Amino acid sequence: MKQVTILSGKGGTGKTTITACFATLSENAVFADCDVDASNLHLLLNPEIKETNEFMGLNVAYIDPEKCIQCGKCVEVCRFNAIEDYIVDPIHCEGCKVCVVNCPVEAIEYNPRVSGHAYISETKYGPMSHARLTPGMENSGKLVTQVRQNASKIAEEKEKDLVLVDGSPGIGCPVIASIANVNASVVVVEPTLSGIHDLKRALELLEHFEITPYVIVNKYDINEEHSADLKKFCKENNIELLGMIPFDPTVTKAMVQRTPIVEFSPDSPAAKAIVETWKRFSSLLF
Amino acid sequence: MNTKSLKIAVASGKGGTGKTLVAINLALSVGADQVLDCDVEEPNDHIFLKPSEIKSEPVELLVPVIDEEKCTYCRKCAEFCQYNALFVAGETAMVFNELCHSCGGCKLVCPENAITEQPRSIGEIFTGNAKGIELVYGKLNIGEAIAVPIIAAVKERSKEEGLVILDSPPGSACPVVESVMDTDYVIMVTEPTPFGLHDLEVATEVVKQLGIPLGVVVNFAGIGDRGVYEYCEKMGIPIIMEIPYDRHIAELYSRGTPFTDEMTEWKPKFKQLLERIKEELQ
Repeated sequence: MKQVTILSGKGGTGKTTITACFATLSENAVFADCDVDASNLHLLLNPEIKETNEFMGLNVAYIDPEKCIQCGKCVEVCRFNAIEDYIVDPIHCEGCKVCVVNCPVEAIEYNPRVSGHAYISETKYGPMSHARLTPGMENSGKLVTQVRQNASKIAEEKEKDLVLVDGSPGIGCPVIASIANVNASVVVVEPTLSGIHDLKRALELLEHFEITPYVIVNKYDINEEHSADLKKFCKENNIELLGMIPFDPTVTKAMVQRTPIVEFSPDSPAAKAIVETWKRFSSLLF
Repeated sequence: MNTKSLKIAVASGKGGTGKTLVAINLALSVGADQVLDCDVEEPNDHIFLKPSEIKSEPVELLVPVIDEEKCTYCRKCAEFCQYNALFVAGETAMVFNELCHSCGGCKLVCPENAITEQPRSIGEIFTGNAKGIELVYGKLNIGEAIAVPIIAAVKERSKEEGLVILDSPPGSACPVVESVMDTDYVIMVTEPTPFGLHDLEVATEVVKQLGIPLGVVVNFAGIGDRGVYEYCEKMGIPIIMEIPYDRHIAELYSRGTPFTDEMTEWKPKFKQLLERIKEELQ
């Protein structure tokens, strides 16, 4: 079984559009949406939820006003400035437990909190693992790990040969969790200076974790000069460029109809390019 | 709200909707005093503002160092750590620095006083000037997981007076909370598509929890559907600007040029946007 994560660095370059198309074109795969705080893959794959599990994030401190003697010890030891007037601000509390163990009168409770939900679903293209982080919560990396574990379990049970992971933008904790131990990662870039800047940071991250990178240039005709530079950059750095996808308004039309573009309009320029890209990628991967 | 200062955060939920585009063009059109780029994983504002005289300083977190001469491998620190950043087995004690949140708990629970703390760099912040605007931005080191302390370091440089514009990272998790916290107003930039709407909803939930007033800028107006407009109407969220999908804007963006530099007819529109926000806040 192979695992592949679609990344981008910069947001909005087309990760989910491409993941949904790859999901449609794949034959025996499980899909995992690891962009848990701005998930979109479900909007194209229309999953039917079969199982919902609560995601427990880190616990949160609570000061019992009946027991508190206002000695100030908790405020002194908290490094997250989460305690004001002997009330814990759950948004700032990182659940480290330091105040709990330092309270001389045991006035601080340490309560579990639900930080999101993880779902196991069926789609017409195959099984899907996804989640929703409660807005504003910490620990998206831990929830990403749970989504991936669910996906791997399904893949093993159903003898799937691919886990296709839709990642999140950035290079921090949820991204690191979404690429841990994958076989390869596909970085979707748009030919803008910001896109190229962010691609390079994403590639450095993949190099740091020794993961084979692939690149797709999306909306390449927005700036053909930058696209040519990207092509050269990939060649110089021995990175396989899987494909160049044109800007195509049909992509948005397909999204509005909640359908992957390769299914909505197989003859559109973007769909044709994505099909070619998938063929190339699957031949390299398997 | 301090009458001498106005802090406006630009957020979005979904990535790539135009946060940086709005933040930069607003800052340049109205002559903001400072721009804080809080997207420390993928900072982009410096690409457009091209600041000069950049000064950098490291952002450090305290991490534990275990003195193995004193350590009795009792495992109290590893049992206490909520982030699994310490591992003790047999006669080995290890610290996984990238997982450490720097809470100081391990040092407090160690019965042998075997743990001290040392600063460790997780990234940098940069300060520079561009066209009369001070730009502060941060960069998380590659391979580091925790962005929040760098965002906090960027925000520590916030001016106490004048107009400060903060460019937030995408999403709806803790880095967004850290970025928009304690600002006076949030501009939520979205695109009129199902993806834009979905992520606008989750990001709006975060901003509402924090009790910060917000308005929506619809970018790429004209594509997609009416979902975002219907949502804003239902929720009573004002749409404070629309930027049409325009190939020329996209091309200028791709070259790192603020589009109001060339399409100067947009400068008064961004000035109106600021006036609109001030009205909303009264």
